[in-house]
Amino acid sequence: MKPGTIRAWSWVHKWSSLVSTVFLMMLCITGLPLVFTHEIDEVLLHQAWAPANPDGEKLDLDQVLAVALSRHPGDVPAFMSFDEDRPVVNVTSRAPDAPVGQFNFQPIDQTSGDAAPLVAGHPVMEFILQLHTDLFLGLAGMLFLGAMGLLLVAAVVSGVVLYAPFMRRLPFGTVRAAKSARTRWLDYHNLLGVVTVAWVLVVGVTGVINTLAVPIIDYWKATSLKELTAAYDAPVALTERSSLDQAVRRAKEVLPGMQLQFVAFPGSDYSTDHHYAVFFHGDAPLTEHLTTPALIDARTGELAAVKQMPWYVKALSLSQPLHFGDYGGLPLKILWGLLDLITIIVLGSGVYLWLAKGKTGRGAK
Amino acid sequence: MKSRDLGLKAIFAVPLIVAILSLFGLVAALIGNGVWDVVGWATLGASVVILGWALVARRHR
Repeated sequence: MKPGTIRAWSWVHKWSSLVSTVFLMMLCITGLPLVFTHEIDEVLLHQAWAPANPDGEKLDLDQVLAVALSRHPGDVPAFMSFDEDRPVVNVTSRAPDAPVGQFNFQPIDQTSGDAAPLVAGHPVMEFILQLHTDLFLGLAGMLFLGAMGLLLVAAVVSGVVLYAPFMRRLPFGTVRAAKSARTRWLDYHNLLGVVTVAWVLVVGVTGVINTLAVPIIDYWKATSLKELTAAYDAPVALTERSSLDQAVRRAKEVLPGMQLQFVAFPGSDYSTDHHYAVFFHGDAPLTEHLTTPALIDARTGELAAVKQMPWYVKALSLSQPLHFGDYGGLPLKILWGLLDLITIIVLGSGVYLWLAKGKTGRGAK
Repeated sequence: MKSRDLGLKAIFAVPLIVAILSLFGLVAALIGNGVWDVVGWATLGASVVILGWALVARRHR
């Protein structure tokens, strides 16, 4: 490689890293507990609980919704989701005048209508997740972190290019332990960086895709769902809505063999102003990450459409497990944690190498 | 390039193997359960194992 070429790649590596390091460090540090969110929530929220009437008749979904809204009068329902291992329905609602993103979340015992204890989303984990997702800045924060992710990709690619000239006389894995601290840490930086390249690129790129979740879903609504909204002007009012329970039953009929995941109410992020969007996922390992919604007209209760997701929504759906590492059991999570720790060392040693170079460089001249 | 320099092949042989194993593992654990998960752990875990080996065996005094 010509000296000029090396200088150019060095410039890319230095500046892409320096600009993004603080944020990438934050993402790695907050990401470490987030990998184990499920396990941590289980410990923090552990509480013995049994449904009030395990053998009794379950409330239908309209009754559950009515109970939930009666506890937050004036709220508008946004989402309803279903626990897999207990008869609990989760209702997410928001006050019409609440700030964007502020919701009321209520797990409800479907056998009694009583409140059920929270099993996920401990406030501490929610805080860490919010910091990791958008720095508490909403969409702008998400997109900013996405830009930092792109810089990470530039830093990794330039790092791989620079690996060649640095390693041209050293067999793989060499650490010159007897040399100066800077030489030793350069060797560690190169070794730790190069063995984690594939994982870092996958987690980085899928992270960037996740930061685009809002525009991706908005685009999907504006294109795929547009023709469904043509017949109506004003959003469907709470008082003119047909039965939710029947809407979910109807949706199950047209998507047999799929698992019910959640319902997005009219006017929420994942539906139109006029439909119950009933989301299902597959039950095979790969398809369990992919969703298909059935849209039920909230005025008439008629099936409006079943929408197969376009490629870009599927890409977003698959980016979630590949970013979180929560799709292959605890051993995969432990590997995620180890690789995350290694990445923290790569980031830290990178900053050290830059600082140490500046010192010796200035001293020598 | 001086004669004692390693070629690109020698420089990138191990990193390339590690990267291919890692990617294979990441996808394997996604497309299946059971044995696919185990294959995923083993191949993604190879990166950590090879790192551990290098740290012990390739340390120069």
